[in-house]
Amino acid sequence: MKRIVSVVLAAMLLVCCLSACSSAPASTSNDSSAAPFKIGGIGPLTGDAAIYGQSVMNGAKIAVEEINAKGGVQLQFQEEDDVADGEKGVNAYNTLMDWGMQVLAGPVTTGSAIAVSTEAYNDRVFAITPSASSVDVIDGKDNMFQVCFTDPNQGVGAADYISTNMAGSKVAVIYRNDDAYSQGIRDTFVAEAAAKGLEVVYEGPFTKDTSTDFSVQLNGAQAAGADVIFLPIYYQPASVILNQANVMGYAPTFFGVDGMDGILTMKGFDTSLAEGVMLLTPFSADAADSRTQAFVKTYTERYGETPNQFAADGYDVIYTIAAALEAAGCTPDMSAADICEAMIKVMPTISVDGLTGQGMTWSASGEVSKAPMAVVIRDGVYVTP
Amino acid sequence: MKFLSDLISGISLGSVYAIIALGYTMVYGIAKMLNFAHGDVIMIGGYVSYCAMFYLGFPVWAAVLLAMLVCTVLGIVIEGLAYKPLRSAPSLAVLITAIGVSYFLQNSALLIWKADTKVYPSIVDGSLKLGQLTIPYVTLLTVAACVVIMIGLSIFTSKSKMGKAMRACSEDKGAAQLMGINVNRTISATFAIGSALAAIAGVLLCSSYYTLNPTTGSMPGIKAFTAAVFGGIGSIPGAFLGGILLGVIESIAKAYVPNLANAVVFAVLIVVLLVKPSGLLGKVVREKV
Repeated sequence: MKRIVSVVLAAMLLVCCLSACSSAPASTSNDSSAAPFKIGGIGPLTGDAAIYGQSVMNGAKIAVEEINAKGGVQLQFQEEDDVADGEKGVNAYNTLMDWGMQVLAGPVTTGSAIAVSTEAYNDRVFAITPSASSVDVIDGKDNMFQVCFTDPNQGVGAADYISTNMAGSKVAVIYRNDDAYSQGIRDTFVAEAAAKGLEVVYEGPFTKDTSTDFSVQLNGAQAAGADVIFLPIYYQPASVILNQANVMGYAPTFFGVDGMDGILTMKGFDTSLAEGVMLLTPFSADAADSRTQAFVKTYTERYGETPNQFAADGYDVIYTIAAALEAAGCTPDMSAADICEAMIKVMPTISVDGLTGQGMTWSASGEVSKAPMAVVIRDGVYVTP
Repeated sequence: MKFLSDLISGISLGSVYAIIALGYTMVYGIAKMLNFAHGDVIMIGGYVSYCAMFYLGFPVWAAVLLAMLVCTVLGIVIEGLAYKPLRSAPSLAVLITAIGVSYFLQNSALLIWKADTKVYPSIVDGSLKLGQLTIPYVTLLTVAACVVIMIGLSIFTSKSKMGKAMRACSEDKGAAQLMGINVNRTISATFAIGSALAAIAGVLLCSSYYTLNPTTGSMPGIKAFTAAVFGGIGSIPGAFLGGILLGVIESIAKAYVPNLANAVVFAVLIVVLLVKPSGLLGKVVREKV
């Protein structure tokens, strides 16, 4: 008797699970008469890197609405959370595939993008990431493209900028050595610094487990006499470093890369500590061109904060997809694999004017050509130094 | 100079480990079980004090008291629901239950407070300048709190009636019961004290390192457990010594062999346990046959 009950219970559980799976995820739909292309977005909507994912999705949604309003190519966008984690990223990818995704805009972070790009490559789904900057994301995968510049570009760009504009400074690097993104930028930065004769006086690695206490690394940098600290890391550990340096009374110039973007919108963080922090970013909300200003206005009205680089990346990724779909002559009734092959062919031929770069073009390997730009934080906004 | 600064960082980190280790050691010494959920009670203490300060506008001392109160109740509830029914079960079953409780607490926190890392405000700002040395006040507070708690607990267990009952339970539960000691209530009291300590550790941990998320307690919990074993599990001064030493070794290792910091910490532990299996200040207890 007991056994029958348990079998029935198990069957009920199974049915519940299945019905939960089959219920379609809510979507930001549009009521256009033409059938839309289904675009999936994957990024961290919660967790330590949530600001990246949320910004990308917000930017992407604005772009989708603008494109749909124009007529022509119609898009439907659906976002999934991956908490910046590879495993959860693959789960998010599978959820989107069940939904019928035809083109993937994502994932947002490198770790997740490396895991998901392998799946997308095997399934032949065209994918373009707004912000996963490691070379490993696109390496050997003809269907993977990037909107952001790559890690080697960032490392080289940062070293070039410091050696030109802050000549003679002593640099310390604090980086996370169990993270492909951070380690990758650090490697190219150190190599380029050596080539340019820039003096790296201290290197302090940390891991995920030790990402709460940086007093030892800051002591080391201070003792080595560093006046610039290069931080190829995400904004969350960077905020701890700024706090601890402040308590120590140590005030070098902090120089971040795209991962530093988001520090100004972090909840509970005292943004006055970020005064004078420099970072590499392709997007600055104070740019004078009308398109950036219109985007900043819409974004600020709708989400109540100034868009960062990730929001602009998210916006550009959707415009790039729309441009490529149009150039390839794709129709929404084509399968994801057919769209993928058609888009791979046109990607190296198109040129897109985006918020993060004018006339962006792509190589067949998936890399974008545009130059990183340095900005400095003054009174809580990015300005060009 | 750099060595001194690293030493101070180490002592600061070590005092947090020591306060957590005191909780581990109390519970182990008396209930003879490893409470792996201890690190997560710390995390709950951190969140309760954070919410009290941020959403309810409590002053720091009131937030700490509230966190201690909530954690004490939580400790007693956990003990009553999860561990008491297993009092006579094999120790492996209790250990697995403790791991289960740990996950339960982490996931509950994930559900209530979400995964994003909160920036925890420092409870005391500023730092003391001694020549070239800068010592944050929060470090001084942590070390002072740690010493006071260690001395307080030592006096409590050696002088007070409840403390004596705890020691009796620790030596021989059966005999203690025959002498008229309520073993169950004594063990519950131990959990209450351990959890209140966890709340203090939570506040100090978060305010030294500014971050708070649902897994905040797990790594310090493991390190503090290591510290308790290092100093001799069951011994109160041992937990203190083990915690401070572990923190110092970790900081020095981070400064001089940065890529192997954690490996060095555990290598030292292995060497100590090879030479002195009962830990630095542990008593050698002969198995009674």
